[in-house]
Amino acid sequence: MTTFPRLAAAELTKIRTLRSTAWTLVLAFVITVAFGVGVSFYLSTTFDRLGAESRATFDPSDFAMSMVEYGQLVLVVFGVLVVGSEYRGGTIRAALAAVPRRSEFYRAKMFVGGALAFAVSELTVFVMYFGSQAALGSHGGAITDPGVFGAVFGTGLYLTMIAVISMGVTAMLRSPAVAIGTLIPFFFMVSNILGHVPGVRVVGQFLPDQAGNQIIFRHYPTGSVLGPWTGLLVMAAWTALALAGGYLVLRSRDA
Amino acid sequence: MIEVRNLTKRYGPTLAVDDLTFTVAPGRVTGFLGPNGAGKSTTMRMMLGLDVPAAGDVLVDGKPYHALREPLRHVGALLEAKAVHPGRSARNHLLWLAQTNGIGRARVREVIDLVGLGGAVDRRAGEFSLGMGQRLGIAAALLGDPAVLLLDEPVNGLDPEGIRWIRTLMRDLAAEGRAVFVSSHLMSEMALTADHLVVIGRGRLLADTDMAGFIRRNARSHVLVRTPDPARMLALLTAAGIGAVAGPDDTLEVDEVEPARIGALAAADGLAVDELSPRTASLEEAFMRLTADSVEFRAADGAGR
Repeated sequence: MTTFPRLAAAELTKIRTLRSTAWTLVLAFVITVAFGVGVSFYLSTTFDRLGAESRATFDPSDFAMSMVEYGQLVLVVFGVLVVGSEYRGGTIRAALAAVPRRSEFYRAKMFVGGALAFAVSELTVFVMYFGSQAALGSHGGAITDPGVFGAVFGTGLYLTMIAVISMGVTAMLRSPAVAIGTLIPFFFMVSNILGHVPGVRVVGQFLPDQAGNQIIFRHYPTGSVLGPWTGLLVMAAWTALALAGGYLVLRSRDA
Repeated sequence: MIEVRNLTKRYGPTLAVDDLTFTVAPGRVTGFLGPNGAGKSTTMRMMLGLDVPAAGDVLVDGKPYHALREPLRHVGALLEAKAVHPGRSARNHLLWLAQTNGIGRARVREVIDLVGLGGAVDRRAGEFSLGMGQRLGIAAALLGDPAVLLLDEPVNGLDPEGIRWIRTLMRDLAAEGRAVFVSSHLMSEMALTADHLVVIGRGRLLADTDMAGFIRRNARSHVLVRTPDPARMLALLTAAGIGAVAGPDDTLEVDEVEPARIGALAAADGLAVDELSPRTASLEEAFMRLTADSVEFRAADGAGR
């Protein structure tokens, strides 16, 4: 498709030229790295005060990577803004009048948003990992330790999919405010609760973030029916579903 | 050139646009006229492929809108809602639009100068006055140097200077051979700019005519006659083969003839004439009369609901 590069360039311009979208990416990086390195440094100075069991089971990779929980909120906001900004000021009408084939428009937008989320997520998790291991000093681990590289890289994929799911859901809801009001409570309350309530817990483990976030830990603390990579695969299925749903709404609704 | 053929749009049980057929031809300003809520904006959105018609279609240069590879090079549109993100600068808004259709940065600078946006171009669109916003919208419409321009109520809320600017621009664009299609709910506005008129009411086509023809047919003048005995006057006129109807306050509205002829008729019969004055109906009245049914219908609908 010869038009794809120019549509992708236009989408990149849109993201670059809004303060909100550009800064959420910077913020995701800063918050995650600051938390990871800061808390690791704090722990390294108080490590000796931990109980004997905590010290024995301490895993420097799992400890550092758990800090991505804070940055992922910002990636939800990024995903919402990438799509939701089209619905401010009626921008979507200008966009679809310029690019009337909606599948091409959607593909370019999702590709650029997803690619940026991927680049920033991977950069963030790797910088955060190395930074926090350095801050942990003698307690830090190495990227070559068994399972660590997969966990760090996989966490970047997990964060990417959090952003892409948010993009798809926003395309379905067609409003940034409604999308934020739906996604934030879902990811940070509903899903968390369902994932830990006995009885519905097995179902809860299949929710997108619960399935995906096992990849964060080399040693997943709770017994899940899904492994880290199968969990990530389940999350990928959710991502595909959100993207398809967003496309169906964009294709069928009047702008 | 745009051909609208049997275009129909339904919102639930309501027909917003009802079997519209007309053509927007190059080299002239076509006024798209109708009362508020007549279906003008809906029609224009369908012309741009933004809304899907229930029936009928629109051809732009012989093709459906979505089949155009670079639509901005065919049709430039200014929609009523400005379609600009308030947080983005005017320059960047034009830039991404240009990129989607493979239009270069040089052209972005060109249209910025063309509409006189100069100093405000790096300000965020949300801070723009109505007039500046309209200039940005026009700049976006002109980006691809299109042969067709669709402007939805472009003078709405503008100050006199802005209105004059848009009018002159529309005339100039048509003079360059472009098809200019402009909607308005004000006949007086159209009278100053349009060569051709497409009038709709309640989504239906009421007139598709050149401006001069519309004036001839609809803005018919009459002679107002006041006399102590209107019935006798009416009989005299009818006998002479002149059409007349009763007007307000015992007056008569006589079809356009030389006032002297009416005077002579009355004099020959010894009838006194108190007033004899030629009247020219305004285009606004003609438009009101044409759309009166559709407006009344709508009001009655509303009351029944």
